Amino acid sequence: MPDPVLSIKDLVVEFKTEDGIVHAVDGVSYDLFPGETLGIVGESGSGKSVSTLALLGLIPTPPGRIVRGTAMFNGRDLLKLKKKELRRVRGNDVAMVFQDPMTSLNPVLTVGSQLGEAIKTHYRDEKDDAVKKRVIDLLKLVGVPNAETRYSQYPHEFSGGMRQRAMIAMAITNSPSLLIADEPTTALDVTIQAQVLEVMKRVQKETDAATILITHDLGIVAEMCERVLVMYAGHIVESGDVSTIFRSPRHPYTIGLMNSLPKLTEDEEWLEPITGAPPSLIDLPPGCPFHPRCFLARERCTQENPPLEPVDGGAGHASACHFSEELIGRKSKFSEEAVA
Amino acid sequence: MTEASRPPQGPLAPSDDSLFPSAQGLEGENIAPNSVVGAVDDTHAAGLELKVRSQWSYARMRFFRHRLALIGLFGLVVIFGAGIFAGLISPYSYSEIDLNHIIQGPSLAHYFGTDALGRDQFTRVIWGIRTSMEVGVFVAVVSTFVGLVIGAVAGYYGGWLDNLLMRVTDLVLTLPLLAILLTATALLGQGNQWRVSLILVFFFWTGIARVVRGIFLSLREKEYVEAAKASGAGDARLMFRHILPNTLGPIVVNATLAVGTAILVEAALSFLNFGIKPPTPSLGVLVSDAQANPNTPTGGIAWWLTIFPGLTIVVIVLCVNFVGDGLRDALDPTQRRMRA
Repeated sequence: MPDPVLSIKDLVVEFKTEDGIVHAVDGVSYDLFPGETLGIVGESGSGKSVSTLALLGLIPTPPGRIVRGTAMFNGRDLLKLKKKELRRVRGNDVAMVFQDPMTSLNPVLTVGSQLGEAIKTHYRDEKDDAVKKRVIDLLKLVGVPNAETRYSQYPHEFSGGMRQRAMIAMAITNSPSLLIADEPTTALDVTIQAQVLEVMKRVQKETDAATILITHDLGIVAEMCERVLVMYAGHIVESGDVSTIFRSPRHPYTIGLMNSLPKLTEDEEWLEPITGAPPSLIDLPPGCPFHPRCFLARERCTQENPPLEPVDGGAGHASACHFSEELIGRKSKFSEEAVA
Repeated sequence: MTEASRPPQGPLAPSDDSLFPSAQGLEGENIAPNSVVGAVDDTHAAGLELKVRSQWSYARMRFFRHRLALIGLFGLVVIFGAGIFAGLISPYSYSEIDLNHIIQGPSLAHYFGTDALGRDQFTRVIWGIRTSMEVGVFVAVVSTFVGLVIGAVAGYYGGWLDNLLMRVTDLVLTLPLLAILLTATALLGQGNQWRVSLILVFFFWTGIARVVRGIFLSLREKEYVEAAKASGAGDARLMFRHILPNTLGPIVVNATLAVGTAILVEAALSFLNFGIKPPTPSLGVLVSDAQANPNTPTGGIAWWLTIFPGLTIVVIVLCVNFVGDGLRDALDPTQRRMRA
């Protein structure tokens, strides 16, 4: 196996609030390999975004604080970089695509000049017409029609899908080796989602950037990713190949997530929700954070937090459950589809 | 891998060329964007293409529809034009004493009459306009600049710096303007117009600073600022390249109105003999002179000495305010008030 591009070890991020300390990310470790697309799924507040924002130093401090952990990227620990060094990494080696394309573009600058900014920030001496040519090429690459005209238009003249394409173009301007997409399609409607995902795929193939795709949509994970991390209350509860996890999930939460999805091939009267609500991150339940909602929960779960341990389901498949063995053979709703 | 051993990655490094060949192929490929291309082309064909307007052209349109603003602009052009070309317009010098024609009413030789030393009042008024205009514009420009920088820094960085700068601003705002100005000029002696201008700047920057701080406070939380940050922009670039353009509307309006206020305050100071030192004519000085010699030799009232400079002040300030009003309506589309 090649060396990982990014190796995160024991990342802990907290936020100080009036009500107490929010444990947003609590001991997360994972590796990301070159050219790979890693999905991070989980519900709102599970720490998906925070764990990646922390890498780029984009967590507002205070109230946020990176308590401990390392994030080795190209031989350097991103979490220990000085502000100036970090700035050189941002947008150059590591780039981000944000959730809401409607608000992620500056309304008073033309789209072309904003993309040009992304180049100029890192390559100050680049000639203007070379920058412009590069920007137009990028716009074409992400499928913005009439790129020359679009170059000098303002964001309000772009539709949502076109804006997200522009954001993707902005992210890959400097050929990053790591691309973080934070729910890139959440704010878009379904047809546009498909187009934007198509662009993401193409871009990923072109740049060969390792990609972290944050989403709460398991469908997108199935379509885009090779590996997936399932997060719950700031912990990784299950990780592994996408096909393995869809075929034989080994964590009750993952099973619950899948069961709550509608299946397009069947006529379902009722969906099966996960009972209860996500725990408060200020006051996590003792033991396994998922136990109050878990169908496998028993005495031990209320005392010990299970570590993320390899299970025999497949290479790299790991689950954080004391009783993951009991789930062997338990089919998920999508077992057959995962095989196909 | 260390920084040095990485392959050259720049926007225009040869290694990136691999990005683009496919960009050409895109047009022909059957992915979703083509449908958009088709739609756009249809519109072109049907001649339905909307004329693309930048927001400045919209603002211009709104401004020119604002009748009072146009009148104000016209007034300012005429009055300030007279001030600028004062030396060309008037056949007299503003200090030319003619004791044969003391305090004479308006006539064809002296449009605005003459003063107690036989100086042509019309000449003195247009030179006064020039002085007042210089003071007004200088104070507006310099105080806007100072206020802008202080407000931007306070709003962008927040925290203790914001607190410190805003408390200083509060302090300046609480100082009784007139009392301080009178004391200052009394101590420093009555000065030339630049010294008066600088003293005014000391009081005028606070308004802009507060406005700019407010806008920066809200804009720094915007996603596009975070997106720019994620692409590596430093503090200065974020403040002045990404946030500042969003604040230009209110700043322009404020600066315009500051011209009017500065002219008024200067006139008031000069009237109280604490402003600009004679013989430099300023509109305030002229009114003050008129008050010293209110009567004609024959005992009548020399109304022309007061009315003309006084009226000029009123008209200038009115015009400035009309223009400011028009700019506010033009630059702030959210404040939609229909104007005839």
